[in-house]
Amino acid sequence: MTEVDKLTPVLTKRWLSPNSWTLRTYEQLEGYTALPKALRGSPEQLVQLVKDSGLRGRGGAGFPAGVKWSFMPPNEDKPHYLVINADEGEPGTCKDIPLMMADPHSLIEGCVIASYAMRAHHCFIYVRGEVPHCIRRLNAAVAEAYQAGYLGKNILGSGFDLELVVHAGAGAYICGEETALLDSLEGRRGQPRLKPPFPAAAGLYAQPTTVNNVETIASVPYIVNAGADWFRTMGSEKSPGPKIYSLSGHVERPGQYEAPLGTTLRELLDLAGGMKDGIPLKFWTPGGSSTPLFTAEHLDVPLDFEGAAEAGSMLGTTALQIFNETVSVPWAVMKWTEFYKHESCGKCTPCREGTYWLTQILQRMVRGEGTETDIDTLLDVCDNVLGRSFCALGDGAVSPITSGIKYFKDEFLALCESNRAKGASQTEPALAGAGS
Amino acid sequence: MTLAADRNHEGELEVPEGYVKLTIDGLEVVAPQGELIIRTAERLGIQVPRFCDHPLLDPAGACRQCLVEVEMGGRPMPKPQASCTVPVADGMVVKTQHTSPVADKAQQGVMELLLINHPLDCPICDKGGECPLQNQAMSNGRAESRFVDTKRTFPKPLPISSQVLLDRERCVLCQRCTRFSNEIAGDPFIELLERGAGQQIGTSATAAIADEAESAANTIEGKPFQSYFSGNTIQICPVGALTSAAYRFRSRPFDLVSTPSICEGCSSGCAERVDTRRGKIMRKLASNDPEVNEEWICDKGRFSFPYVAAADRVLRPQVRNAETGKLEDASWTEALRVAAEGLTAARERGVGVLASGRSTLEDAYAYSKFARIALRTNDIDFRARAHSAEELDFLTAKVLGTNPETGVSFASIEQAPAVLCVALEPEDESPIVFLRLRKAARKSGTKVFHLASWTSPAVTKTFGTLLPAVPGEEPKELDHLDSAVRDQLSAPGAVLLVGERAAEVPGLYSAVARLAESTGAKLAWIPRRAGERGALEAGALPTLLPGGRAVADAAARTELETAWGLEAGALPTEQGKDTADILRAAADGELGGLLVGGVDPDDLPDPALARTALRSAGFVVSLEVRHSAVTELADVVLPVAAAPEKDGSFVNWEGRHRPFEIALHRSDGATLPDCRVLDTLAIEMDADLFTQTPKAATEDLLRIGYAGTAVAAAPNAQPSEQPTRSKPNQAVLATWRELLDGGSLQADEPALAGTARTRCVRMSANTATEAGLRKGELAVLSAAVDGGGEVRLPVEIADLPDGVVWAPGGGEFGKIRRDLGVGHGSLVVLRGGGSQA
Ligand SMILES: Cc1cc2nc3c(=O)[nH]c(=O)nc-3n(C[C@H](O)[C@H](O)[C@H](O)COP(=O)(O)O)c2cc1C
Ligand code: SF4
Ligand code: FES
Repeated sequence: MTEVDKLTPVLTKRWLSPNSWTLRTYEQLEGYTALPKALRGSPEQLVQLVKDSGLRGRGGAGFPAGVKWSFMPPNEDKPHYLVINADEGEPGTCKDIPLMMADPHSLIEGCVIASYAMRAHHCFIYVRGEVPHCIRRLNAAVAEAYQAGYLGKNILGSGFDLELVVHAGAGAYICGEETALLDSLEGRRGQPRLKPPFPAAAGLYAQPTTVNNVETIASVPYIVNAGADWFRTMGSEKSPGPKIYSLSGHVERPGQYEAPLGTTLRELLDLAGGMKDGIPLKFWTPGGSSTPLFTAEHLDVPLDFEGAAEAGSMLGTTALQIFNETVSVPWAVMKWTEFYKHESCGKCTPCREGTYWLTQILQRMVRGEGTETDIDTLLDVCDNVLGRSFCALGDGAVSPITSGIKYFKDEFLALCESNRAKGASQTEPALAGAGS
Repeated sequence: MTLAADRNHEGELEVPEGYVKLTIDGLEVVAPQGELIIRTAERLGIQVPRFCDHPLLDPAGACRQCLVEVEMGGRPMPKPQASCTVPVADGMVVKTQHTSPVADKAQQGVMELLLINHPLDCPICDKGGECPLQNQAMSNGRAESRFVDTKRTFPKPLPISSQVLLDRERCVLCQRCTRFSNEIAGDPFIELLERGAGQQIGTSATAAIADEAESAANTIEGKPFQSYFSGNTIQICPVGALTSAAYRFRSRPFDLVSTPSICEGCSSGCAERVDTRRGKIMRKLASNDPEVNEEWICDKGRFSFPYVAAADRVLRPQVRNAETGKLEDASWTEALRVAAEGLTAARERGVGVLASGRSTLEDAYAYSKFARIALRTNDIDFRARAHSAEELDFLTAKVLGTNPETGVSFASIEQAPAVLCVALEPEDESPIVFLRLRKAARKSGTKVFHLASWTSPAVTKTFGTLLPAVPGEEPKELDHLDSAVRDQLSAPGAVLLVGERAAEVPGLYSAVARLAESTGAKLAWIPRRAGERGALEAGALPTLLPGGRAVADAAARTELETAWGLEAGALPTEQGKDTADILRAAADGELGGLLVGGVDPDDLPDPALARTALRSAGFVVSLEVRHSAVTELADVVLPVAAAPEKDGSFVNWEGRHRPFEIALHRSDGATLPDCRVLDTLAIEMDADLFTQTPKAATEDLLRIGYAGTAVAAAPNAQPSEQPTRSKPNQAVLATWRELLDGGSLQADEPALAGTARTRCVRMSANTATEAGLRKGELAVLSAAVDGGGEVRLPVEIADLPDGVVWAPGGGEFGKIRRDLGVGHGSLVVLRGGGSQA
């Protein structure tokens, strides 16, 4: 196979076209051809089509999109909402923003089709606030789409109305969690909500709501045009379709590579020109920092939902952060933990206090002031956070620590060694704990 | 719903409709559908540790202290579940810390995490000794923390208001306070701020106060924090993060003597706990009474007890020296003798009895009986406020003798499809009724209507609908209710609530009675004061005798004469004078004397007349807790106990009997309840009341029994002519007393006073423009008739009808009644008074 064979440019196929973000380019390259087809079908048919395609959520959890859509009530007693999660906060993840920069209309077309399928007449795109350039581009595209009659009243004469609003977040990782996102969108403090009720029953403004990731929704027009079977020609039975893998770190050509689900890191590294300067791979995340680390042993793990899970991690957002042998694992783990401490929303005890404590232990270890007991404490505190927190942020926060110690305990121990050496050369403090 | 569910022949638990069967720690239990695991476990005697959970707040699942293992359909759920958020289900298997090592470790883990940032200042913390964190750390935590790093610190404390102080270091972020304020009170004055370990409770002014350590009297929207219920947040805080400015550092829980009691603050009769230490009340807490106040009390009830220890307490009997004209301390024997002689002499020309609306049932009964047999008169009235003959008929026909079973109760408000409030501003005039209305609207979808002149905060917070009315025109509005509203009030279970202010609008009680008749809605009368309902039952009125007997009913009189052991015909037969007539007669010199029990002349319909009456009455005996305008003019002053210093009972607005014991034993004299003082005084006058103690009074009341023979036709009074606004600067006054307005029970409690609402006069934009006033400017209100004083208040614009102004009844700026001599529905003159105060 050549390198190009491994790539399956679907979502990314227009990215290199000149002015790819304009309506003109989009229309020239098959844009808005799925919409009229979709509007001729019934909402039920569209939901079935997406179910048949096996499209799974691209926001991290991989929940089947068609099944999620089918939770929306079949009638319209209440307003329905579609909310696009464009918060893209997971460390290493860089796919939704490039997509919205390069091809915003594919997302907009997906929004109209999905809204129609779920009987929503209001759609919100919640974009992380740190990317004003992306928000500007999206707004410009939305304006174009309104102008051209793809949004607004009576879209393409179908009688279907849709208002689309681009909303800027205010810079909190937790607002990517779908219920915190809804609170934030309502103008409240972004903290996850108690479920049930699930968004499909009471979401935005307590009305039936579906939250989907950008990549999930942008996939829909292609499925409408080419069919479920075509979609299933890529990837595996349970994880079909193409996926945008974002490679960052010590690789020659970092960036987005769209390949079928199940592609391995070895193959992706080939596409990206290999490890930077030929320095060997040490560890990597398969799907952002919330997914347990992999090592060079895992180069051939098929990167789909099942493959990543079987190998002890998660597919997450297919954000591959790649580190070579020059990087200290405890240091990297400390940096990630500092991120989670900063981003913990504060609602629940395990995540709020756990990340506060874990950060201090790791910082101390990295300063060379740790002990072996600290490693036990780290693992035990992680155990008290994992699965005890209110939302998955807490689970994600401990992934780097537990997997880091699992694969690289020696490095943590080595830090303690140096501390012991230092301690031996110092005089003992007069009282236990009186030393600073 | 329960443990003792029935077992069938095979010995299996029966599962009634709407219930499920599950297993907790190996014990089978039947529980109502929807019950949360934590509560089912509790009923089984299994205590799962918790912080954020509170049975009256919506579940949050935030602290994660209550984790348990749950198995459904034979499959264990992958993670431990927060038992405070998961409802029980059929076939569920729950393992708590007692049977699951996973749950136990999870709980210990959360506890350790909660403690890493918790300061070890328990020895100086108010909560120490009664602290859920302290207790549960002992029961479900590890003895030693592994945390050796740096704790998060904050400057402390921050004043959230003048009465609530916040220590952010101690806070475990359970959000009970913010949820209470949001859900229960509807006053979201505090919110979570920041995130992660920096997350904290605060107000919009937190940053400012943290810097400058000045008071944060602002809510998140920048409105002043003036919740009437903020004290509850102190009580439900599971740590010492929220403390009471008044109680802080004053006592340790184990030094307190706690007595269950009933609040004397209003007619709801909330269950409360009075904590005393060395002869002083240190604090009051809400007790849990699901039927009445649930677990809440208002701030007035919680904080307004310092009056008991006020410097101006009457502690010794006093007799006026005829030569110097000064009151002088006297012995009880001397004072009682002078009082008895004076009253006996005055009795010839008649003595009027002004009883108080704050008396216990037993004291009111003693006044009632004293008037009849010692003073031989029916000139007695407990209504130390605006009142009317129409009201007497209304009370006799519609209120007398009702109780929670036969009339309206808190529960029936909660279940009502619709409630209409008439002449009642629930948040100010009956705060617990307000909370129940809000709960009804939030939880049961009750439609709440308010017949009032503007959209007060209570209208908004009960999700209510304003039925706008010009003061005085309420009867007309009720007679011509919108048919949609009338329909809702005709639904079974609908409720009409009418406040005592109805007495100020001629024809209003009649219209309310008519509306109740025509819709079938249940009717309740909600007076402001704690003793009014009891005094009605005790017959402290010119037309009623104790036990629901009419003065005019000869048979009832005979029955009472027998029960009281009097000669036939001993009871006065003539209908008595009401408060206004007693005062008028006294002022005109027609009465020989007055017996006054705890009345403030400024509350009376005509304060000036009341003062004249006190001066003109030949002989005045005053039974008082504190020196007052009455004691100033009295010939004999007899000290009596304040409510916490005596036993007795209140009858709340539901007609529910609320007995209580002595909470504060004092040793300095002012310890006798009115009934005891009256009993002794009566003996000096050769009459026997049998009310030596409240218990004896109760027995006497029981002995005469409740006859309930007093009947009256529902009143049918005509509305009076609307006063015409003859000049453009005249307006119709709407007014009521706000909850916190420096009333007599609120003395000496500056922290409480600090959360009163900002006083202002409200009017429509048109009315303001017409008077040449703008928002924030000072307006001057004076009586339309000459001679009155004036009050000055800043202008607020609100949705009042044009030509109507609203002003608070009391407060620092003055009192409408005292200074203008007018009330609700009167004409006042409105003019500019210069710019901002
Ligand atoms: C802490 C946290 C952060 C998240 N951030 C994002 C995000 O930035 N973008 C996203 O699409 N999903 C994010 N998710 C996942 C969402 O909650 C949700 O599962 C997703 O938006 C659903 O869309 P999908 O079904 O199309 O994947 C996050 C979840 C958690 C717990
Ligand atoms: S795990 Fe808890 S503190 Fe962390 S983000 Fe979720 S709810 Fe907030
Ligand atoms: S008590 Fe259950 S999570 Fe706080």
